Amino acid sequence: MTIKEMLPGLRTRRDILKGASVLGGAALATPFLSRLAFAEPVELTMLAWYGHAEPDMVAEFEAENNVKFKPKYYTGGDNMLGLIAQSPPGTFDLILSDAEYVQQLNAAGYIEKMDPADYPFDDFFPEFQHFPGHWVGNDLYSVITRFGFLGVAFNTEAINEKEASTYNVYWDQKLKGKVGHFDWHLPNLGQISLLNGNASPYDTDAAAWQALQDKTMTLRPQIGGFFDYGGTFSSLQNGQMLAMAGIGDWITGTLERNGAKVRSVIPEEGGLQFTESFSIGKGTTKGDLAKKWIQYITSPKGQVKSANMVAYPCLIPNEKGWKLLAEETPAEAKRQGMLLDQSNNAMELIRKGRIKYRQLPVQQSLEDWNDFWSEYKAA
Amino acid sequence: MRKSITFYGLTLSLPMLVWQVLFFLAPLIFLVALSFWTVQNFRMVPDLNPDNWTRMLGRGVFWQAYFRTFLLSTSAAIVISVLAFPCAYAVAFKLSETARRWAIFLMVIPFFTSYLVRVYSWQIFLSDNGIINALLAKVGLGPFGMLNSVFGVMVGYATLSLPLVVLLQLFSLIFVDRTLIEAAHNLRCGRLRTVFEVVIPAAKVGLVIAALFCFILTFGDFVSPLYLGGGDPPTLSILITDTTKSGQQWPRAAVIALTMIATLLAVAFATVSFAYRERGR
Repeated sequence: MTIKEMLPGLRTRRDILKGASVLGGAALATPFLSRLAFAEPVELTMLAWYGHAEPDMVAEFEAENNVKFKPKYYTGGDNMLGLIAQSPPGTFDLILSDAEYVQQLNAAGYIEKMDPADYPFDDFFPEFQHFPGHWVGNDLYSVITRFGFLGVAFNTEAINEKEASTYNVYWDQKLKGKVGHFDWHLPNLGQISLLNGNASPYDTDAAAWQALQDKTMTLRPQIGGFFDYGGTFSSLQNGQMLAMAGIGDWITGTLERNGAKVRSVIPEEGGLQFTESFSIGKGTTKGDLAKKWIQYITSPKGQVKSANMVAYPCLIPNEKGWKLLAEETPAEAKRQGMLLDQSNNAMELIRKGRIKYRQLPVQQSLEDWNDFWSEYKAA
Repeated sequence: MRKSITFYGLTLSLPMLVWQVLFFLAPLIFLVALSFWTVQNFRMVPDLNPDNWTRMLGRGVFWQAYFRTFLLSTSAAIVISVLAFPCAYAVAFKLSETARRWAIFLMVIPFFTSYLVRVYSWQIFLSDNGIINALLAKVGLGPFGMLNSVFGVMVGYATLSLPLVVLLQLFSLIFVDRTLIEAAHNLRCGRLRTVFEVVIPAAKVGLVIAALFCFILTFGDFVSPLYLGGGDPPTLSILITDTTKSGQQWPRAAVIALTMIATLLAVAFATVSFAYRERGR
């Protein structure tokens, strides 16, 4: 019996050399492999409302593209414009903006022109394929990613949906001291403008503007407080405020998902629509990556994430996104009115003319509206 | 006699001077300059335009907020000082050395937690469906509207400044000469009268400075008026945020801030001179 026969596990010299060369090659290649695996992620700066660069929204994109988002969150369009104005060009690769501020971003030269062919407009509902304010002629400057309605937000244990189906509910005596304002003049005054019968709530002549101020002042005794984002959440959550003007499902939806007895309805006088869209910041060196993000978030998969965003839910403009949403989270699709076969779904409300865009005042200056709002608060 | 500036004296005082110039005087000068700037397309443009001053000081809303804030802070300084005094007195005169040390330690603890968190937690107690009203309901009382009211603001102000006021009062009371109190008692002065005629005048400086700190802290506070007062009606700090939020009017906000600084300086000087004013003068 040979030694080899006695020790079957023993390797020949050739086997050992083969193994050694494989191990050596692997060892030599390790730095390259690890460099690829642990390459420093590319930083993408995003100026946005809170929530847009949180893990539920960006984690998948970050992993797939070796990107790390660096968000700067703002609270309101004016705040957003101020932050850009005070930053050097190229500071923000991506800018999320409400529709009424896109034109100002463009006029100030803060955003890049975009190629419409890069984005899935054909998948969008027709109403969102050429959204006003996002285009200058045929030049595109911003791509809509989500939108929402503002109506009457109410505590379902205090008032029923029928009572809440008119803005007049804010004047109901049983809500005295229990009506809150989301502290921003545009949505609040827009709602009362609708109640006053202004077909274009932000395009009011001097008489209509005066009537709007007079009507708003009559609401003051009913008001229990003026709240920021966090205060709005907590005052509805703890039942301190039973109705809230100036908001919609973007706040009550989040609370409702967590079991709070609150809801929003579009009243008979109509609702307001806000729109969020992404632009590419002027002077960015990461335009391609920014474009890739916008393509991702406007794709059906990205749209489903957007509709379910943890910070605040919203409606989505991509019809294919609606279909995917109905498959993946049907309850949320139904709750938000995004089922294609649902009566009075979000698109039907728009098509029936019950929704008006929230916009900047047309015949008055923003300062006029702001000054009045300060006087109203102090009254 | 003319005092000469020594090298050691300069070495010791220079850091403080540099600190004041860098972090108080320079920002203050910038704030003054900013108040004359203008805003064009949400961008601040250096200017020498007095419009911000005339506009802000000419508005009723500003003066309403000003007097409301002044009144709230003055009330807070008085109420919180009165509430703090029995506690500070008890710790200073009634507790043993060890118990006093523990009491001081306990009064420092609130500063370990964020003021914002403490104020938010008050909402759970003060809301209509909150803990206090739930307890009151058990004895057939309430509900009382405590949140989003002046009462709520005062609770917040007390959260912010009560521990500090107690500590400042305490350090002042500890150093009151005990022989004066004994002398008062020997002269048949009653306990209450001794407090008002001997203890309070002897600790006057500390007590007044404690009230001043309370005024300063509450005058510029933003958190309590917003989260416990519901921002209704607005104070000066809320007016500053309103002014910056819409139209990025930082120069106009600077006018409000400068008015607040001027008020605080005037109140501080008046209070300190009152504190150090000798009796009968």
